[in-house]
Amino acid sequence: MSSLSLAVRDSSTMLRRNLLHARRYPSLTLNLLLTPVMLLLLFVYIFGDVMSAGIGGGGADRSDYIAYLVPGILMLTIGGTTIGSAVSVSSDMNEGIIARFRTLAIHRGSVLIGHVVGSVLQCIASVVLVGAVAVAIGFRSTDATALEWILALGLLTLVALALTWIAVGMGLSSPNAEAASNSAMPLMILPLISSAFVPVDAMPGWFQPIAEYQPFTPAIETLRGLLLGTEIGNNGWLAVVWCLGLAVLGYFWSRSLFDRDPE
Amino acid sequence: MPSSVMPMSIKHDGHPSPAAVSAVGLRKSYGDKTVLDGVDLRIPAGSVFALLGPNGAGKTTAVKILSTLITADGGQVQVAGHDLAVAPQAVRAAIGVTGQFSAVDGLITGEENMLLMADLHHLSKREGRRVTAELLERFDLVDAANKPASSYSGGMKRRLDLAMTLVGGPRIIFLDEPTTGLDPRSRHNMWQIIRELVADGVTVFLTTQYLEEADELADRIAVLNDGKIAAEGTADELKRLIPGGHVRLRFDDPASYQSAAVALREVTRDDEALALTIPSGGSQRELRSILDWLDACDIAADELTVHTPDLDDVFFALTGSTDVPAQPKETVR
Repeated sequence: MSSLSLAVRDSSTMLRRNLLHARRYPSLTLNLLLTPVMLLLLFVYIFGDVMSAGIGGGGADRSDYIAYLVPGILMLTIGGTTIGSAVSVSSDMNEGIIARFRTLAIHRGSVLIGHVVGSVLQCIASVVLVGAVAVAIGFRSTDATALEWILALGLLTLVALALTWIAVGMGLSSPNAEAASNSAMPLMILPLISSAFVPVDAMPGWFQPIAEYQPFTPAIETLRGLLLGTEIGNNGWLAVVWCLGLAVLGYFWSRSLFDRDPE
Repeated sequence: MPSSVMPMSIKHDGHPSPAAVSAVGLRKSYGDKTVLDGVDLRIPAGSVFALLGPNGAGKTTAVKILSTLITADGGQVQVAGHDLAVAPQAVRAAIGVTGQFSAVDGLITGEENMLLMADLHHLSKREGRRVTAELLERFDLVDAANKPASSYSGGMKRRLDLAMTLVGGPRIIFLDEPTTGLDPRSRHNMWQIIRELVADGVTVFLTTQYLEEADELADRIAVLNDGKIAAEGTADELKRLIPGGHVRLRFDDPASYQSAAVALREVTRDDEALALTIPSGGSQRELRSILDWLDACDIAADELTVHTPDLDDVFFALTGSTDVPAQPKETVR
């Protein structure tokens, strides 16, 4: 068997294992969905009037704010789901079966690739579920073309891939599930301090660089542009560069952690 | 056996069989702590080899290295004819490993664990189902096949673990303390399973802390202590090295203890416990001659116990009593 077909075959076996875990123990995935849905409802129905007064020069109403908010909530959903990936990678690495995998003549990276692909699929499923809630409470895209929908989905997948590789590295470097959950918290915190809830211009001057120079803001702005027709500017390629950079960094980090001799 | 401190004769039956595992000068240390300090091993194909040693002797580290889980700091190792450092994947294709801690996926069922292994050994769907059904039957796991592995008892987990190891039909199997923590019945079941493997021509490398287990199963036994092979040989050869068998006489009355001690000069005294120790192999004949001797000297001990050689004795004999500071008294022979 060639090394590529070996990699594909073993990785898909590992993917099936992870999907079996996710299907049999869905509570972790569902718990992680609660946060974005709760934030969405909280900001629309409780803070909605105040928040909408703050965007678009004061003339916006609640439905304008739903439109503004949803792209950020979708990105936050991905961040939250990848926390779950960090936790499941970490607890998986403490299982004896990983030692068994290391002594089998299988593709070395398949254990991690199985986790990553499984996590990306879970991210997309979560985004679809949260997106359905958003549509149910009144979110509509503004004349997005089929191409823009495809690009939006591609962007969400790319963000999921990048954050998952980082989360896998965090999971591998954590001694246990609790530590993994803590070290992966930035994946949920970063979208909170991005342009997800309020525009960067509306933030205090000293804080604006923090909100500006992080992966979520360009990704969210690009998604807004694709779905709502706002100005994308250089956010498009910034988002892609961020994602590719994080994915490559996370990949090499994770591989080097996994290739170390286990304890 | 270049490493043996105490060389022993090897039975030659014409030509030596090819080595399934051979190691020369195997070394591993973690920081300042040297775990393996130049270990040499040679295990003929189709035989059972037991690595015997106390906790912390380096048994698990040796298994981890030989099964490609961790890398050695030094030494030459060949497993199934492949150099461990050069072709670890070729080694992995030939071996099966059952570690000390159960290597089953607790979140999925026993049958799913088996099918997972079949997939990872690249068996066809049909072949995978056949092997799974056969091994579940053989290891008495059919009833539990559809329950999550985390709900299994210790003995069932070990059986599933070993069944998973056998899915790929490995020619060399590493078993790290396969019976530690099992009840006596499960232990005997495991021994029976290992004997069946050997009957199929599989080479078995097992570690244990029980001399009895090595005695039951192994063709050759190596005693690992402090990262070195202290002795190697068949069970009988090792037992002959062990002068640990003795008869212990205990007295309630100090006066009769004193007179017995004087009468039986060739004994070890324990004045505090009022006990005398007479070296003995423990056979009926030896025991009778000791009893006759006691009768002849008119000695009546209040308690007589017979001690047969055990792992402790192996270690006292092979490593010297400096390694066992907790031992209250030194046996003089």
